[in-house]
Amino acid sequence: MALSAVPVDPVIQIRGLRTRYGATVIHDNLDLDVSQGEIVALVGGSGSGKTTLVRAVIMLLKPAAGSIRLFGQEIVGIGTGAAFRLRRRFGMLFQQGALFGSLTVRENVAVPLREHTRLPARRIAEIADLKIALAGLPADAGNKLPRELSGGMLKRASLARALALDPALLFLDEPTSGLDPVSAGAFDELVAQLNESLGLTVVMVTHDLDSLWHASDRVAFLGEQRVIGYAPMAELVMAEHPLIRAYFEGPRGRAAREQACTAK
Amino acid sequence: MTTSVSVPPADRDVAAVRREQDRYRCEGRWTLAGVEDFDIQWLSSPPRSGELTLDGSGIQAIDTTGALQLLTLLAALERDGRQVRLVGLHEEHRELVELVRERRAAAGEPTPPPSPPGWLERLGRGVWHHLRRSGDFLAFVGEAALALGWLLWHPRRFRWRALFGNIETAGVHALPIVALLAFMMGVVIAYQGGRQLEFYGANIFIVELVSLTMLRELAPLITAIIVAGRTGSSYTAQIGTMQVTEEVDALRTIGIPPMNLLVLPKLLALVVALPLLTLFADALSVFGGMVMAQTMLDVSYGDFLDRFPQVVTLTSFLIGIGKAPVFAAIIALVGCYQGFQVRGGADSVGRQTTVSVVQSIFLVIAADALFSVVLGSVGLWR
Ligand SMILES: Nc1ncnc2c1ncn2[C@@H]1O[C@H](COP(=O)(O)OP(=O)(O)OP(=O)(O)O)[C@@H](O)[C@H]1O
Ligand SMILES: [Mg+2]
Repeated sequence: MALSAVPVDPVIQIRGLRTRYGATVIHDNLDLDVSQGEIVALVGGSGSGKTTLVRAVIMLLKPAAGSIRLFGQEIVGIGTGAAFRLRRRFGMLFQQGALFGSLTVRENVAVPLREHTRLPARRIAEIADLKIALAGLPADAGNKLPRELSGGMLKRASLARALALDPALLFLDEPTSGLDPVSAGAFDELVAQLNESLGLTVVMVTHDLDSLWHASDRVAFLGEQRVIGYAPMAELVMAEHPLIRAYFEGPRGRAAREQACTAK
Repeated sequence: MTTSVSVPPADRDVAAVRREQDRYRCEGRWTLAGVEDFDIQWLSSPPRSGELTLDGSGIQAIDTTGALQLLTLLAALERDGRQVRLVGLHEEHRELVELVRERRAAAGEPTPPPSPPGWLERLGRGVWHHLRRSGDFLAFVGEAALALGWLLWHPRRFRWRALFGNIETAGVHALPIVALLAFMMGVVIAYQGGRQLEFYGANIFIVELVSLTMLRELAPLITAIIVAGRTGSSYTAQIGTMQVTEEVDALRTIGIPPMNLLVLPKLLALVVALPLLTLFADALSVFGGMVMAQTMLDVSYGDFLDRFPQVVTLTSFLIGIGKAPVFAAIIALVGCYQGFQVRGGADSVGRQTTVSVVQSIFLVIAADALFSVVLGSVGLWR
């Protein structure tokens, strides 16, 4: 039985992380592990530092102290060459989309492919069209500019770009906010399918209680500058911590919980 | 007998297809990195007819790009009406291929990017665009005039604070650069003209030369050009960025006409500041000329200042200063108008800012030429 339990390096391993903007400390002594093939949701009140945590992990923000390992490699003080190779292995969907405004959706998706592969333009276009279709956008969306898209379409286009290199690790910052309930459900399902068939590891910031119940393996709760709860949703809602209780005990939290329980 | 073809030569880390008569065996890693060099053109042409088998059991890893490649291969084999069976895929791999197939079918055939227009179409569109823009600009000027009229009836609604802030950034902060450039212009004109005057022994005429050129023509022009580059561009960039972030729409929604908050204070600030800057430039450039006259032509400061009021009429001075508000209005209106023309993102802000500076400098020089012709024809030569 113990034979199958070969210890695998976690995809993300954070130890004693401290981040700050100027004098404001956002995280202090924060620990978090994400294993291969897991879907981890990050929750916490607005301004609790979810986006900041993701930015630190994807090397956009330099931590003030602590260690972050991505695929077993330390990224605090990493060299530019190693960082470039590492960047090929994860994708990021930004909270505000962050698509390049002067490029069409197809060109946006093609940017990482052009940067990281030697593929000819025709095949890059084919692959870009596939990602656009995977993200659930209609066929004519490829030629549109980001400003011609609706909010929900922007989210999908930016998911398509995050998926461009078929990353092993995907960061999603509030992917379903601004989507209609049907699209949000389809989005969760797509993430679950990719997770299952590709072994994709997903770190997802979300406030969507349905996503938390249905689309996550574990939920990390951010508060008091660190992770104050890290467990599957069904366990986390039982936690005693007042911040966690306040978050899930509202009428919406209870409704989602009841619905999830009756579904099971 | 089996013919075995590997595409490309077998390597465990890349995608490969091995052909055994009517059986195509896929091997290796069908991932983005693995299929990078894969090209189905390399496949030897399949048999004319009959049933083919595409065997996926040798695939070690697959991702969505690999699945796309596999489906492309399948479609290529099926092209001439052949029957192809896809067999042997591992369960997870099959699911992924199905997912890719479904999503592509659901999205439909992607529309190819529109082909770039021919030169005739571009020319036509360019002309039409410029004509429309000219009309739009006139409409904008009219709107600004209406808003200004409204302001006369409601002076209390005017944004005084924005006005003074703009006067400070457009006027006070521009003093050092205007001073430096005006002084240098005075020096240059005095030097070039002085050489000729010295030749004829007419040194004292340096006073007319420097004073009239500077006060009437060059000081207003050089000041306007500096301000167009400094302030006009910043007006465009500011309004353009607000346009991108929908701040302009937010103002409209709150019930603040952008014209009142963003345009009028800038327009009036420049109309006040540019004449004052021009006056300052007048003084500094004449001073530059004086320094040159003293050092090169032996015309002392005293002689220069004695002659100055005799040769410079009040009209010349006022004509120079009087052009400044017109230049100011051109710069402010073009700058703001181009800001509102920003559509979309960051690159549009950059483009409109360039257009704004080029257009306002062009219009300032054109207006200056018009002044010369009109003033000349009514006999105001001096
Ligand atoms: N660039 C910045 N400079 C200074 N402070 C910042 C900056 N970005 C974020 N902050 C602060 O850091 C804190 C955490 O911000 P962050 O964006 O990580 O929150 P969040 O958990 O993602 O919130 P939300 O759910 O609203 O997206 C906030 O208090 C915010 O004010
Ligand atoms: Mg956030």
